[in-house]
Amino acid sequence: MRQSFAVGIGGAAGQGVATPGDIFAKVFSRRGLHLNAYNAYQSIIRGGHTFLTIRTGPEKITNMGDRLDLLIPLNQDTMDRHLHLLGAGGAVLYNSDSIKPGEHADGVQICPIPVSQLADISKNKVAQNTLAIGAALSMMGVGFPALEHVLAEQFRKKEQKVIDENVNLARAGYDYATQHFKPFAWPLPMTETKYAVLSGNAAMAMGGVAAGVKFYSAYPMSPSTGVLHWMAEHARKGNIMVRQVEDEIGVVNMAIGAAHAGVRAMCATSGGGFALMSEGLGLAAQAEIPIVVIDCQRAGPSTGVPTKTEQGDLWQMLGAAFGDYPRVIAAPLDIADCFKLIPEIFNVADKFQCPGIVLCDLLLSEGRLSVDPKELDFYPEIDRGELITSNGVEHEPYKRYKITESGVSPRVVPGLPGYTHTVSSDEHDEDGILISDEYTNTTKRRAMMEKRMRKMEGIEAAVPLPQLVGPANADVTLIGWGSTYGVIEEACEQLREAGISANYLPVRWLVPLHGDAILDLLKNAKHTIIVENNYSGQFARYLRSETSFVPNGYIRKYDGEPFMPHHIVEAVKEQLAGETNLSVPTHEIMV
Amino acid sequence: MATDVAAPKAVTAAEFKGRVDPDWCPGCGDYGVLAAVQKALVELQIPNHQVATISGIGCSSNFPGFIETYGMHTLHGRSLAVATGFKMANHGMTVLVTGGDGDGFGIGGNHFMHTMRRNVDLTYLVMDNQIYGLTTGQTSPTSRLGMKTKSMPFGSVEGPINPISLALAAGATFVARGFSAEQKHLTELIKQAIEHKGFSFIDVFSPCVTYNKDNTFQWFRPRVKKLEENSGYDPSDWSTAMEKSLLWGDEIPIGKFFERTDVPTLHGSEPVLNQGPLVYQDNRIPPEIAKGFIDELM
Ligand SMILES: Cc1ncc(C[n+]2csc(CCOP(=O)(O)OP(=O)(O)O)c2C)c(N)n1
Ligand code: SF4
Ligand SMILES: [Mg+2]
Repeated sequence: MRQSFAVGIGGAAGQGVATPGDIFAKVFSRRGLHLNAYNAYQSIIRGGHTFLTIRTGPEKITNMGDRLDLLIPLNQDTMDRHLHLLGAGGAVLYNSDSIKPGEHADGVQICPIPVSQLADISKNKVAQNTLAIGAALSMMGVGFPALEHVLAEQFRKKEQKVIDENVNLARAGYDYATQHFKPFAWPLPMTETKYAVLSGNAAMAMGGVAAGVKFYSAYPMSPSTGVLHWMAEHARKGNIMVRQVEDEIGVVNMAIGAAHAGVRAMCATSGGGFALMSEGLGLAAQAEIPIVVIDCQRAGPSTGVPTKTEQGDLWQMLGAAFGDYPRVIAAPLDIADCFKLIPEIFNVADKFQCPGIVLCDLLLSEGRLSVDPKELDFYPEIDRGELITSNGVEHEPYKRYKITESGVSPRVVPGLPGYTHTVSSDEHDEDGILISDEYTNTTKRRAMMEKRMRKMEGIEAAVPLPQLVGPANADVTLIGWGSTYGVIEEACEQLREAGISANYLPVRWLVPLHGDAILDLLKNAKHTIIVENNYSGQFARYLRSETSFVPNGYIRKYDGEPFMPHHIVEAVKEQLAGETNLSVPTHEIMV
Repeated sequence: MATDVAAPKAVTAAEFKGRVDPDWCPGCGDYGVLAAVQKALVELQIPNHQVATISGIGCSSNFPGFIETYGMHTLHGRSLAVATGFKMANHGMTVLVTGGDGDGFGIGGNHFMHTMRRNVDLTYLVMDNQIYGLTTGQTSPTSRLGMKTKSMPFGSVEGPINPISLALAAGATFVARGFSAEQKHLTELIKQAIEHKGFSFIDVFSPCVTYNKDNTFQWFRPRVKKLEENSGYDPSDWSTAMEKSLLWGDEIPIGKFFERTDVPTLHGSEPVLNQGPLVYQDNRIPPEIAKGFIDELM
C-alpha cells in the first residue's frame, strides 16, 4: 500500500476552510510531497457544510483515498459527521471551547485545543484555524520554519501585524501540540522535487494558453467558472481576449466568430450551458470552423446538484446538435492531463476543422493535484492544419468547401485579398453557395455530407489508441473513462494486495472511440467491469452500441461524490464472488 | 499572419457582385438594401476582402451570399454574437451584420441588447419587414397590434417593440432608420454607420411583398419623413431622439436619430489589442510569462 496521509478540514461555508487547505497544500508540496485535494461543498455562500480532504505522500496521489488520518472540525457538525471515520492511529484536533468529541474508535487520539487560553478570540475569529494548523504540523513532524514561511506568503498582501499575529498563533498551537499530543507514527517525509499545485480548471486554462488560445468566452456556471477566473486574471499577461457573454448561446457563437477570423477560440461551461451551446456546435461543424468547448460535468439533470460531481453528460455530447457531423470528444484522465489534452484536441480540431469537446467533471475541475512543473509544457506542437495565410501565390478561384479525399478543404484567414467567400450554416456547395433554397440539389448535398464525414477517418488515425494498464492475465479488468482513472489505478493496487490481480483500461478519447482496438484489448480479459460516475452506465451503453461489447459487471455511483478506492475494491470482490453484476457503493460520509 | 502582396487598386462595384443573384421574391425590399450597401462600400472605397458580412437566418439573412465579401451565414438570431467574436479577433476589418426583425429582435433579442451596451464597432442592418418571411408569414416582434398572420389569424394581441427606442435605451451610439425605397438616403446612412466608431444600428423598412399586406411600400411611402429635412434636428440630443422614436402613424421619421462619438469601442477598451488585431498576434507566450504562470502554483 502506498504511504499517504490525509487531513480532513470541515466547517460551515464562510468559516474559513479554504485557507488552512491552501496552507497545508503549500507546506506539503514544498516538502516535495504529492497531494490530491478534494472539496465537498454545497451551493451556499454562508453556512452548509464544507469538507476539504487533502491527501499527501511521497508517491503520486491519484485520488482522495479511503480514510482520514487527521480530522480538523471547525464546528460541532463536522465533528459529528466525520469522527466515526477515524481509525486507530488517527487524531482529531478541535477547539475544546465550543466543540465536543463524540463516540470514536479505539486508538483515536482526541486532541482538544483550549483556544481561548491560547489566543485572544475577541480579536481573531479564525484563531482556532491557525492554532490547529500549527498543532497539526507539529504532530506530523514538520519543522515550524516551513509553516512560518508559508504563512508569511499567504498573508503577504496584509500588514506585517497580521502576519506576525498568525505566526504567533501557529507557534502557540505548534508548541501546545508538542507538549500535549502524541506525534503521528509516520512523520511526513521530504523529497527534493518541488511540485506545482493546481486545479483542473486552472490546468485547462493554462493548457489553452499553451495551445495558443487567443479568445476565451464564458458565462459563469459551476464547476467550470474556475477556467473563466483563471483566464480573466491572466488575460493581459498572456494576451488573451476574455469575454463574459450574456448567455452560453452567445458564448459559443462568439467563439465561432473569433475562430473563423483565424484565432484559436475556446469556451467552458457545464451541462446546462452546454445544452444551450449545442446548436452552435452544429454550426461549427457545418461551417467547418474549429472550436474547443469544455464541459465540466456536474450532477444533473436540470440545475441538478451544482457542486457535486458526475459523469452524466456523455450522451449529451455524443448527440449534441441535430444531424450527423464530425466531432471529437476527449475526457482528461487527471488534472495534469487537463493541461496536456487541450493542445492535443486543438490540433485535431484545427486539422479537421470541426468542434472538439473536452469532457471534464467537477472532481477534476475543482480538485487540486501536485504536478511536476516539467509536465506543464507551454510550448507543445501547434498544428493549425491547412490554413491559407498569404495570397502570394497564384491560385485557382478559391473554393472554401472544395471536395477533397481527406474531407478537409483549406481554410483562409479572412482579410486576405482574392479569397473572399461565404461560410454557410445552410447546406452549401463547394463555393459556400446555399443549395437549400429554391430546389435542393441531392447530388451536392450527398457529396458535402460525405466530404464532412470523411474527416472522421483522418481523425481516427490522428488520435492515439487506448492502452491496457497492468498485468496481461489479470483476474479482473476495470474499464473507466476520464476522471475515474486515478481511483481505479489505486483500487487495482489494493486488489493486487488482496490477492486479486487487476488491470484497467482508461478511455481518454471517446470520439473517435477506436472500438476495434478496445475489443482487441479486451478479448482475453477474464472478468470485465465498467466503472463510471452515473446512473445508467452511459459509457457502457455507448461501448455496446459501438462494439456490441457487454462486460461482466458494472460499478456505478451517482450520489454526487466521487468513488473512493475501497468502493471499487469491495464491489469487485462481491462481483467476483458472483453476488451481483451491478454495484452501487454507498458513500459513507454525509457531506 | 495574413500578408497582402497585391497592389491596391480602386474599389469598384464589380467586386461586390455576388456569385449568385439574389433569390428574393421580385419586388422584395431587401434588393434595395443590398444595392445601398454595395454603393456605400464603393463610395467609401473599402475593398471587399476587408469586409465581413455576417448574418443569421431568414430571407434577409441570405444577404452575405449575394455580396462578395468575407461572408458568414450563421444561426437564427446569433449573428451579433458571431460578429462580436469576429470583430474582437480581427478589429481591422469592417464588419456588417445583416438580418431580419425576427432574427434580431425575437430570437436574437438578448444579443441585440448586449451588443449595444458593449459598443462593439460594427454596423447592424435589420431588414425590418414586420413579418417572418422565410417561414412563410408569421407574426414578428415588430408586427403591429391586430395584424393578421398565419400564426395569429385573428390578429396579434401583442404590441410590437420599437427597435429605435430600444436601441437608444440600450446605449447604442448610432441609431438610424432607413427605407429600402429611399436609396440615396439609405446609402448615406449606411456610409455614416460604417464610418461611426462603435455600434451602429439601422432599422431599415424593407417590405415583404409576399407575406405582409399591411406594411407595404405604398403604406410606407407617404408616411416616412426624413429627419435630415428638419434643419433644427440635432442627432446628438438623446432625449429628442427618444421622443422622435416614439412617433408612429401618419408620420414616421427616418434618418439618423442619434449619434455620439465619446464612448470607447469594445476593441478600443481592450489593452490586449494594443499589439494589433488578435489574429496577427503571436500565439506563443514569452518564456518569462510562462515561468510566471508556473511559479504562481509553486
Ligand atoms: C432556432 C431556429 N428556430 C427557428 C428557425 C426557423 N426560422 C428561420 S427564419 C425565421 C424567421 C425569419 O424572420 P426574419 O428574421 O424577420 O427574416 P425575414 O425572413 O423576414 O427576412 C425562422 C423562425 C430557425 N432557422 N432556427
Ligand atoms: S418572402 Fe418576403 S422577405 Fe422573403 S424574399 Fe419574399 S418578399 Fe422578401
Ligand atoms: Mg422579417
